[in-house]
Amino acid sequence: MADLLDAFTLGVRAMFAYQAVFFALLAIGLNVHFGYTGLLNFGQIAFAMLGGFGIAISVSKWDLPFWVGVLIGIAAAVLLALLLGLPTLRLRADYLAIVTIASAEALRLLFRSGGSTELTNSTQGISDFNGGFLSLAPWDVAKRYDILGTRWSGGELWVITVGWSLVALSCLLVWALMRSPWGRVLRAVREDEDAARALGKNVYAFKMQSLVLGGIFGALGGMIYAVGTGSQNPDQYQNANTFLAYGALILGGAARVLGPVIGAMLLWFIIAFSDSALAALVSGDNSFFGLFEWGDLLSTTDIAYIRFIIIGLGLMLLMIFRPQGILGDRREVMLDAR
Amino acid sequence: MTHAPSRVRREDPRRTSSPSAGQTGTSGHRSSRHRYTVLRLLLVTFFGLAIAALTPGVASAAGEQVRGTLTTGATGPIAGVTITVETPDGQEVGEGETDERGRFSVPVPGPGEYVVTLDTDSLPENVTVGGAGDTRTVTVEPNGREPVNFGLSDGQRGSGSDRILAVQLFVDGLRFGLLIAISAVGLSLIFGTTGLTNFAHGELVTIGAIVAFYLNVDADIPLLGAAVIAVVIGGLVGALNELALWRPLRRRGTGLVAALVVSIGLSLAVRYLIQTVYGGRSNPYEDYQSQRARDYGAFALTDRDLYSIIISLVVLVAVALMLQRTRIGKAMRAVADNRDLAASSGIDVNRVILIVWVMGGALAALGGVLLGLSDQIQWDMGFRLLLLMFAGVTLGGLGTAYGALVGSIIVGVFVQMSTLVIRDDVKYVGGLLLLILILVVRPQGILGSRSRVG
Repeated sequence: MADLLDAFTLGVRAMFAYQAVFFALLAIGLNVHFGYTGLLNFGQIAFAMLGGFGIAISVSKWDLPFWVGVLIGIAAAVLLALLLGLPTLRLRADYLAIVTIASAEALRLLFRSGGSTELTNSTQGISDFNGGFLSLAPWDVAKRYDILGTRWSGGELWVITVGWSLVALSCLLVWALMRSPWGRVLRAVREDEDAARALGKNVYAFKMQSLVLGGIFGALGGMIYAVGTGSQNPDQYQNANTFLAYGALILGGAARVLGPVIGAMLLWFIIAFSDSALAALVSGDNSFFGLFEWGDLLSTTDIAYIRFIIIGLGLMLLMIFRPQGILGDRREVMLDAR
Repeated sequence: MTHAPSRVRREDPRRTSSPSAGQTGTSGHRSSRHRYTVLRLLLVTFFGLAIAALTPGVASAAGEQVRGTLTTGATGPIAGVTITVETPDGQEVGEGETDERGRFSVPVPGPGEYVVTLDTDSLPENVTVGGAGDTRTVTVEPNGREPVNFGLSDGQRGSGSDRILAVQLFVDGLRFGLLIAISAVGLSLIFGTTGLTNFAHGELVTIGAIVAFYLNVDADIPLLGAAVIAVVIGGLVGALNELALWRPLRRRGTGLVAALVVSIGLSLAVRYLIQTVYGGRSNPYEDYQSQRARDYGAFALTDRDLYSIIISLVVLVAVALMLQRTRIGKAMRAVADNRDLAASSGIDVNRVILIVWVMGGALAALGGVLLGLSDQIQWDMGFRLLLLMFAGVTLGGLGTAYGALVGSIIVGVFVQMSTLVIRDDVKYVGGLLLLILILVVRPQGILGSRSRVG
């Protein structure tokens, strides 16, 4: 029982940790793409990787100030969005899906290749780049603080303070944009592209703007993740993370301003809770009704994979039975391929 | 012009007898019955998989190691060669010696970069290391068993000299492309007949490879027999996909985008389920591992690669003949071309789709076995191949069987031959760039028709 309580506390802590901020920002970007415009971007993690590595490379390899790294990361994400959008946005939706998933994998392979060691340190990764960010903190980043029974370091607190502020600002921006005429056109494109075109809207341009905007949110997420972990390795940006972000978005409710945020927090609660509950299950002498020992069935390394199984099944079941998630409106998520 | 996917979309809401289903959000009586059917089937599937997961034993995290085999055409496997492993800054972390089958494996303390050195003094006479020297720098991944390849040369007459690298790569590319084609034909036919972009197709490949692995290594069934069983199981898994998931979803009128997301969820769940069962290591089959490459003049090929090419060619010709000549093949093409017209001329569309799934699953499993033979078996091998399958299928024209064939071969050859100019570890990137390039120039693909791209 005490194990479960610990797992619960860890789950609550994870709802606010920088990983949740990371996925909230990824999902906000996906919400602009998928929820509002109906674009199937399955390479969101590539935008995050460019954001994170934008900072890491600029600061540790090029000796630029931190904020220049942020700008470079955003510029790289915009460039990627343009490159992805140019060939695919005129085609049916699944072409964008294929191209984005392929480019995300290609970029990761490129970053981890031995040939890019000079720039990205390939699989060794880059660290020591977030000093400039942490030095801005108004409190001591090395000290530890207790808040409501959970322990945080000062650095973590600074990262999540900035992170959640960024999430709040992003939500505000999305909210304002989506109730503007621009946002209404995006929804029109999602519902019926031909109708929007018949009204004289340049559908291609609107889709492109949406892709760029969502990509920037993804890059910001990657930056928060980068300063949160303090080290960057291309293998942190596995494709499966994009699907986790989709899980968060659909769980919370697509085409709702707060949907991705609530989804990301819940997702991390589920992940952290199940991770630590399973770890407790495996480490102790727990048996399944006397049939077999949990510890024999699963090793501790398997637990990290179980989260993906849960998320995969959850994504399937949600999409089949409740595509609108917690907050959404079913009529707004009955998307179809164009 | 009509094309299957949009037809499916327009027709499906009408097929559900309850007019309110799918539009107002209050599902009718009939679709709620389906809802429970789907849920039940999903649960059954999941527990079936979970039970299957128990049988092969506990997945354990093997420690990181570097491994390899030393063998040449003239000498066969070479025993007693000393291999030293160091960190990049020169600290020795382990030493090993090859056994009588020429194999070595040296455990390393953790993931990271290592320098593997071969003691050239312990090599037999006439055997020398290739042009790349006697050291290799490798990167070991967490729980990874990193293969190290010293290109040994046995000093036989003309070995290496009259081989032409470009030809060698072309033949390798052809083998790889045929393998992609075998796996991708099903993907393309499924897209053509149902409009589904199946992101879980790569897992069918992995399942084929892994079933054959367990049968071959744990149950000691010869690889040929294991491959046949794996192909049958692949077909069954394909049928299970259709019957337990996609047919009920089509009946509910689930949109194509929702179906795509469902297939991604399925892919994620199955992939990591495989990783929990099988683990993160990569293993070879028992059979056909220590084969010598035969010299064919401009290129050399191991027998297993040669048979891989022959098997792929025979199977693909058989598939093409079936599509062209037999009743069911014609029905498949008819459904892919225009589903409603096919249905109204008396073709049982659901039966055709089921057969497409069985065929797609079986072919993907065969592709997995062949891939495992050449590249070892890994938990995410199918997912990595999936991206190249997509590249091939898109290149040839989504939804066309012959397009998948042509496109896949081009992608395979392109990926292998690109290593002439780019590093080996980024060769897949070339294939994916080719995909993007094709979409700019000719989005419908080589054999596709304009109307399909929307």
